[in-house]
Order: sequence, then C-alpha cells, then structure tokens
Amino acid sequence: MGVTEGNVLFTTVDNIVNWGRRSALWPMTFGLACCAIEMIAAGCSRYDTDRFGIVFRPSPRQSDVMIVAGTMTKKMAPAVKRLYDQMPEPKWVIAMGGCASAGGPFNTYSVVQGTDLVVPVDVYIPGCPPRPEALMYGFLQLQEKIRREMPSVLSKFLKS
Amino acid sequence: MVDKDTEKDKALLEHPVLVQKIRSRFGKAIIETTIFRGEITHLVEKDDIIDICNFLKYDLDLQFNFLSDVVGVDCRPLNSSFEVLYHLYSIPRKHRLRLKVRIKENENVPSVTSVWSSADWAEREAYDMVGIVFEGHPNLKRIYMPLDWEGYPLRRDYPLVGYKDQYNPCGVEKNNKQSKK
Repeated sequence: MGVTEGNVLFTTVDNIVNWGRRSALWPMTFGLACCAIEMIAAGCSRYDTDRFGIVFRPSPRQSDVMIVAGTMTKKMAPAVKRLYDQMPEPKWVIAMGGCASAGGPFNTYSVVQGTDLVVPVDVYIPGCPPRPEALMYGFLQLQEKIRREMPSVLSKFLKS
Repeated sequence: MVDKDTEKDKALLEHPVLVQKIRSRFGKAIIETTIFRGEITHLVEKDDIIDICNFLKYDLDLQFNFLSDVVGVDCRPLNSSFEVLYHLYSIPRKHRLRLKVRIKENENVPSVTSVWSSADWAEREAYDMVGIVFEGHPNLKRIYMPLDWEGYPLRRDYPLVGYKDQYNPCGVEKNNKQSKK
C-alpha cells in the first residue's frame, strides 16, 4: 500500500471527529411497538445496517443513537427519558414512525403526542411503520447532519 | 339468513342445560335470558353472582372451568347504569355462556376471584378502564395505566383525546372534567 505508507494526511479536527462519529453510530436495542419489528428487519442480514457501522448495542451506556421505534405511551415516557439520560454524549435521537414523530394517526389519551415532548429529536421518519429502507435513509440523513456539526466550536462553548 | 338465525335462537331458549337447568336452579336470580345468534346471555342479580359462578364451574353438566374475560361497560347514555360481563367457556363440555350484571354508578360488584383465579387481572382491567369496584378482590389496583392516573379512560365522560398535560398539549383542559368517581 504505497499510498498511505510514510505519508501524512492533513485534515481538521472537526472532519476527523465527525468521520469517526458518523461511521460508528451505535443505536440502542430498544423498541416500543410494531416499528421495532421493522427496526429488527433493518438490522438483520437482508438490509444489514452493519455495513454503515450501525451496530445495535444492548445498553444505553454504549449507545450513540436512540431509535424511538413505536408508540410511546405516557406510562413509558419516564423510562424513555431515563434511558436517554443514561446515554453518554454525544447522542442523537431518531423518531421512527408516525407515533414517535407526532403521536400517531389518532390523538389518544394514553399516547405522548410526539417524542420531542420528552427528548430532543434529530431525525423524524414518517411511515406506519416505515420500511427498513426508510430507517436506513433516516440514518443517512443523521450521518449527513453529523457531518455538518462543528465539535471544536461546540467544545469552546461548553468550556465557557 | 336472519330468519334461520332467529329460528335457531328460539330453539336455544329451550336448551336443557345452559338455559333450563340454570334457570330452574336459581329462579329469580336470573332476571332475563337473551339469545342472539346462538350466544346465550343471562342477566343476573349481582348479589348472587358468586353462587351462580360456583354452580356453573362445579356442576357436572356445565363445568365452566375457563373464564375467558370480564368486561366493564359504561351504559350511561342508555339507562344510567354500568354492566359487567363474564364470558365463560367450558373446556370439557365445549359450552359458551355470558353472564351480565347491571349496576348503578356507585355500586360495587362481588369479585369472582374466589371461583376463577384468572378473574384477578380481568377485574383489574375493568376497574382500570371503567372504574368498576370489585368487592373482595385481593389486589384491586390499576393494571394498564400508571398508578397515579386520574379518571377511567373508557368511561363515556372521559375525553377521547385525554386531558391536557406535558405529554399532550392538545388535550382537554382539566377543569372541564366530571369523570372522577
């Protein structure tokens, strides 16, 4: 491999950090309703999110992304908030499906009317449920969003 | 087709076990027997429900050993009452039967957990959703909704979209509610 051998690459901190972050988005294995079935399908061999570096982790402590996959009831909302709080920074949230995005087709007494009432959401995926392709497109959009972040600038703000 | 069904239903009214045996055993405690498309429903006195259930379970011709479901119904638009329905199945005899108890708004119903232990969760559901209180239930608390939930969601006066709170900015304002028992 003559190209890399003994050579030096110049890049920005933002670029290399964002490259690392978006190339290993580890979502939490966490499903609430029927959308979770599509999420599982997206993770399995036919759609295979592993090829994007998207590997499901069984613990919030090891995760970067929370996919809110399904109907979030008011009873579940505190648990979702807690799991989000347990995830280390940096972290992102994908609201998967109509229920997680906006409370679903019907405004019902028991359902939280959108994930953004509980945790901040980065990507909304419509569909009932969204197909695995849609979830993968959501991940690509999230990667695009991360690519445009500026962690070096952000860290200055966090310090001050 | 409808005529055929009504003919069959009329014949069922003479059923020797599911209608006649129960009616002759309990007499006045069975207020009314209705049959619709082959489904037999006995409207019974609420104070006799445990006796009737015990008989239905242990009588050798009936053997209703499986309580399929307990359902609470808010009938207030019709006749200002609540109903509790017991759906029974006899696994050995392959019979199905429905018992119905009619109560006023603040009345309680005796729990049938002493007859079928599976009534425990089913009655908790009826309590959680419609607010029917079962006397003698070992653990009568909410089963679906959070324990601090206010009101009974499947009652007629409970708003369909629920009350306004942090999770539902489009809900009904709380001061309009009347559903607390």
